[in-house]
Parts: sequence; structure tokens; C-alpha cells
Amino acid sequence: MKDDVIICRCEDITYGEIVEAIDSGLTTLDELKRVLRTGMGPCQGRTCSRLIARIITERVGGEVADMRFLLDRPPTMPVEIGILAGKNDED
Amino acid sequence: MRTNADCVIIGGGVIGAAVAYNLAKGGMTNCVLLESKYLSSGATGRCGGGIRQQWSTEPNAQLAMDSVRIFKTLEEELDTDIEFLQGGYLVLAYTDEDVEQFHKNFELQRRLGLDVEILQPEEIATRVVRQLNTDGVRMATYCPSDASANPFLTTKAYADAAVKLGVEIELFTPVTRILREGNRIVGVETERGIINTPRVVNAAGSHSVLLARTVGVEIPITPYRREILVTEPLERFLDPMIISFSFGIYFRQVKHGSVIGGFAYPDEKPGFNEESSVDFLTMMSHKLSFLMPALKHVKVVRQWAGLYDVTPDAQPIIGETDGVDGLFQASGFSGHGFMIAPKASSLLAQLILGQKPDLDIDRLNVRRFSEGDIDLDHSVV
Repeated sequence: MKDDVIICRCEDITYGEIVEAIDSGLTTLDELKRVLRTGMGPCQGRTCSRLIARIITERVGGEVADMRFLLDRPPTMPVEIGILAGKNDED
Repeated sequence: MRTNADCVIIGGGVIGAAVAYNLAKGGMTNCVLLESKYLSSGATGRCGGGIRQQWSTEPNAQLAMDSVRIFKTLEEELDTDIEFLQGGYLVLAYTDEDVEQFHKNFELQRRLGLDVEILQPEEIATRVVRQLNTDGVRMATYCPSDASANPFLTTKAYADAAVKLGVEIELFTPVTRILREGNRIVGVETERGIINTPRVVNAAGSHSVLLARTVGVEIPITPYRREILVTEPLERFLDPMIISFSFGIYFRQVKHGSVIGGFAYPDEKPGFNEESSVDFLTMMSHKLSFLMPALKHVKVVRQWAGLYDVTPDAQPIIGETDGVDGLFQASGFSGHGFMIAPKASSLLAQLILGQKPDLDIDRLNVRRFSEGDIDLDHSVV
């Protein structure tokens, strides 16, 4: 795969950046998320996690099935603060 | 994994990583840092990243001020970007108690040489932040040299620099117990084997209590869940962290553009619960909509929780343990470990290296809790 292919489209993180981070020793989805922000965008990793998991196995071995995936953090989809605060707060 | 070390540091948060770095920098390079998961997977990686010097007790204020001095050149020293920014902290007073306490804090902080000032509510818009609703605000203190940084990048920077100096870092290596013979430390038992060492640094946050217990030591730290959320990224509009103790909030805009913030749920029960709650999400949204109405149309992307390791005086426990030679405590940071990590870690390293710490940290020894009077810091959010 070409280095400039975007893997995490929320944060514009490329295949090359991910490979470089894995080769520097960040070999789990959790570690990559905290340094590269892959999984921190609006989709919360639903788009890129499986792709990144496969790249990790290609670089350091192991099976995608055995990999620890990111915890699902609420909310499921981004929600406006005003909606979460309730209608009574509207001015 | 090394089987012999001069020092084993337990905990891969910012404290553990910074202690490892400072030990190696001081010449003790045969150190092993043990982390049960990955770097900054505990309290460090869940924190808001604020660096505040405005404290109500001298040890906290002094540690924070000295830490800011170190933070200012840390990117150069560790040769990497940690998103350090001196955007200031604006602290809002709402009650009589606040006003009285803020004046005391101001006196203490000015005496220590901090560039803090008192602002009237009407000065906030012109001096600090235009978008803030100041209804009910009685006064504020503002310190432009207060700062923020990225906790993940800071921890990684310390860890990478430590490794370069010869420290070994073992991730995904839970410690099962510390090993003691008589009145001294002899090693650490992990799920991957034993490391012989005469020195252990217990920097495992709330889990430090359980580790200390394996050698019969009790340390008064209580874990409390604290929740936090982050929004979608916005164009740069907010430099300072905005906080209030009585209103209960802290929030700032991170370099990436998101607004990140939280508050301490008043009825939170002690314990290791790290679940996110709907109550937090809605209450925090209420608070943000009130303080900054423009944020109503901004989306929350994610919420999470972490643990404050709270001591009876909200000040950290740093130093060697009476009766157990070689057991050094570095925990109980009560929600502000990240911001004082540079100085706290440097002082502890000096102590371990047999040097005289350049700031008196004897008063932060765990023995203070058995000696009676404690000096509670009121400036915890």
C-alpha cells in the first residue's frame, strides 16, 4: 500500500504514519490512538480500527481476532451540547 | 526483562516515566519501569492536561510553579513536541467562601512570586475571554503563565528519553507483589518473573494502595471516579483553562481544537469504578451551555472517566517509607499529578540518588498523616 493512503479519515492519518508509529513500538490500537489520534475522531475508530489492526499484524505478527479493540466510549454518535443539556436551557 | 536493577518504578503514567527519566539523567540508568497496560493508560491519559500554579497550599503551589519552569524548556530537553502552551488559567468565584479563599490564595501565590491577578467580572471579557457568561461571578483570579500540555505526548517523551539513557520499560507487565526482607526492599514480582532490586518507586496512582499492602504498608489514598468529555474540533478561540471550584467545572480548548472538560460529581462514591455516566454527560452539558452559550451547537464526541487518587490533604505522597528501606512512594496526587510531575519527579529522583532535594519535600512524606495536623488544599476541582 502507498504511504500516503489515508487510513483514519476523521483525523487524516496515513498508512505511512501508522507504519512508522508501529515500527517505533506502538503495537496496540490503544497506544496508536493516544499518539496519532486514530479513533479519536467523530467515528471513534469504527472506520479505521479493523484496517489498523490488520496493519499491526502485518508489521508485528499475531491475529486480528486476538487483538484488543478500542473501548466503545459514549455517545455512539456526536451529539450537540444544547441537546444534551435539555430544551429548558434554550434561550 | 532484566532480572537485576538499581531501581524498579511501578506505573507507566507521567510520574513513573518522569521519575525513570530523572533517575537515569542523574546517573542511575539500570532502572526498569513496569506498566500493567500501556503508557498513560491510567489517570495520566484520562486527565484534562491543565498545568495550574494557583493552589491554596504552599507545597502544591511551589511544586506547580517549579514544574512550569521545567515545562517551559521540556520540549527542548526531551527533543519532542508535547503541545505545551501558556494560555493561562481563569478561576471563577461564585460564593462568599470563594471570595474569602481566593483572597487568601492570592496573598500566598503573590508571596511565592506568581504572576496571578484579581479580575472583576466585567474585566473578564476584555482581558481574558469574550464568550464567557459571567452571571453570578463575584470575582476571578487570572494567571497568564498557567499552562497546558498533552499528557500522552508528555509521558511518551519522558519514557522515550529514559529509554535512550538506558532505562528498560516493560509494558503489559502487571506487578503481583513487592518483595521485602525484614525492613528493606529486595525485589518485585511480576507476572513475567522476578526483578531483584533494592529500590522500588510506587507510582501506580490509586493502585499504589494495593501494591503497598503487599509489603504491609498502608497509605491513605482513596480512589474517586472523575468524568470528562471532549467535543468536535473548533477553530482556535480559547487559550486559558476556565475553572470554578464552587460551580464545579474545568474546561479548555486543546491544540487539536476540541474543547475538553469535566467536573467532580458531588455524590461520587469512592471506588475503582471507571464507567461513564449519562448524568455526567447531561450535567456537564448544562454547565457548559450556561457558562458559554455559544457551545450549545458544538457536538460532544466522546466521554470517559478516570480515577483521582485522593489523599486526606489533597497533596501528594512523595518520599521513602519509614520502616521499609528502599520503598519510595510517588502517588496520591489527588487529580493534579500531571501538572506537578516535572518537579515532583525530579525531587524524588534526588532523594533516591542520595542528594539533598532542592525543595523540602519531607512534609510530603506519608508519615505526616500519623503526626496529626494536615493542611488541606481547597483548590481541587
